[in-house]
Amino acid sequence: MTFKRPSKRKNDEPRKIEAEVGVIKKADGSARFKIGDTEALAAVYGPRELHPRFLQDPKKGILRCSYSMMPFSGDGSRVRPGPSRRSKEISLVSEKALIPVLDLSDYPNTVVDVFIELPQTDAGSRCAGICAASMALADAGLVMKDMVAAISVGMVRDTLVVDLDGDEEHLDDNEAADIPIAMIPSTKEITLLQMDGIVSKKNLKKAIELVIPVLADIAQAQRNALLNRYNR
Amino acid sequence: MGELLAKEKEVVVPGQVLAKGMDFLPSHGTYRLGEEVIVNRLGVLSVEGKVLKTTPLAGRYIPKNDDIVIGKIFDILMSGWRLDIESAYSAMLPLKDASFDYIAKGSDLSKYFALDDYVVLKIVNVTSQNLVDVSAKGQGLRKLRGGRIIRVNSAKVPRIIGKKGSMVSLIKEATDCKIVVGQNGLVWLQGSPEMEVLAVKAIKMIEDLAHKQGLTQQVSDFLKGEKK
Repeated sequence: MTFKRPSKRKNDEPRKIEAEVGVIKKADGSARFKIGDTEALAAVYGPRELHPRFLQDPKKGILRCSYSMMPFSGDGSRVRPGPSRRSKEISLVSEKALIPVLDLSDYPNTVVDVFIELPQTDAGSRCAGICAASMALADAGLVMKDMVAAISVGMVRDTLVVDLDGDEEHLDDNEAADIPIAMIPSTKEITLLQMDGIVSKKNLKKAIELVIPVLADIAQAQRNALLNRYNR
Repeated sequence: MGELLAKEKEVVVPGQVLAKGMDFLPSHGTYRLGEEVIVNRLGVLSVEGKVLKTTPLAGRYIPKNDDIVIGKIFDILMSGWRLDIESAYSAMLPLKDASFDYIAKGSDLSKYFALDDYVVLKIVNVTSQNLVDVSAKGQGLRKLRGGRIIRVNSAKVPRIIGKKGSMVSLIKEATDCKIVVGQNGLVWLQGSPEMEVLAVKAIKMIEDLAHKQGLTQQVSDFLKGEKK
């Protein structure tokens, strides 16, 4: 029983990636990351003074992420703007995925704001958001030990595939298991690992092994995008 | 033997491996991970003997003592003024450092500096908690009247000023504008409207090409070409 992907991709083949930085001129750093039909924009402002004061940390700056899908971004049923249970969760996990690479100890009592907006989504939006945010943070000139690369891997009809698209995710009444993973490529530390669906321990390990080379490629694409801004 | 994987003056990005082996040492903008030296800040690489460091290409202004900056008044307090200096932290201008005149307690401070005024300042003290004290007493330090303010990235200010001020003098001469470049990336210019526009174009051009070499010649050619 071999599962043929609707998009005819190989099992470990991600969708086509486009990445660029400096797309939002007024921000301190910004980036666009597109993977297949999922597109994320990220803008970074700061470090800047944080109010209210009780949120300040006198030892280091804090990171604040905000994830939001644009109203027209999904399948056509309007995504209601504003915070929802889902967007709050993704803002939180994005923040947790990015903070391990950042060193904000030079900026006590400040905040770095990251705004992630998705004009178009077709599964894997939190991963695209994290990839874009990591490029935007680098573009903002912050001290970070590496990029953060993220992609989803999943179990569709007992086959492990990388970078599920909407068609695969919704197959058989959303039966597919979906595992978004974010990683720091240089140390192979995992900074995001969620799972929606049922996957055995053995397969989860296999899934992680499967995405390591893909994530290395994504990190390289992110770095190339940063270089392109200056080497044009 | 250690191996250097990038060239001097090349743009390098976070996570990029610069060198393998223990022969090279990390410095500003780089760190060691096992056998490798890796970049942790977007910048231009400089190799000084064994030491690898990067000069930042982006990022907010970090206040340093004795820097001349341009600030905007955003609050008037009992004891002085607070200014936005385009950094992560705001600056404090105390009464005693505001003017050579004696300012009586309780007098109307907006007579000296009103809200939204731009002022050329010198940074006199930065504490470990990044409280920034500035002074408006000194040569060239004053309130700015007229002209226009533009923002550039503070990392690119050294290129706009040039070696011993060569680049900014070039623009001043070509456009006949008065120009004050703050280390924090705020630039004030005043001249005839057409020339102001030209000077802004030249400065934006330097900002875009700050990481390239041979910029002075390029800017000089640009100014000559535009004036014809």
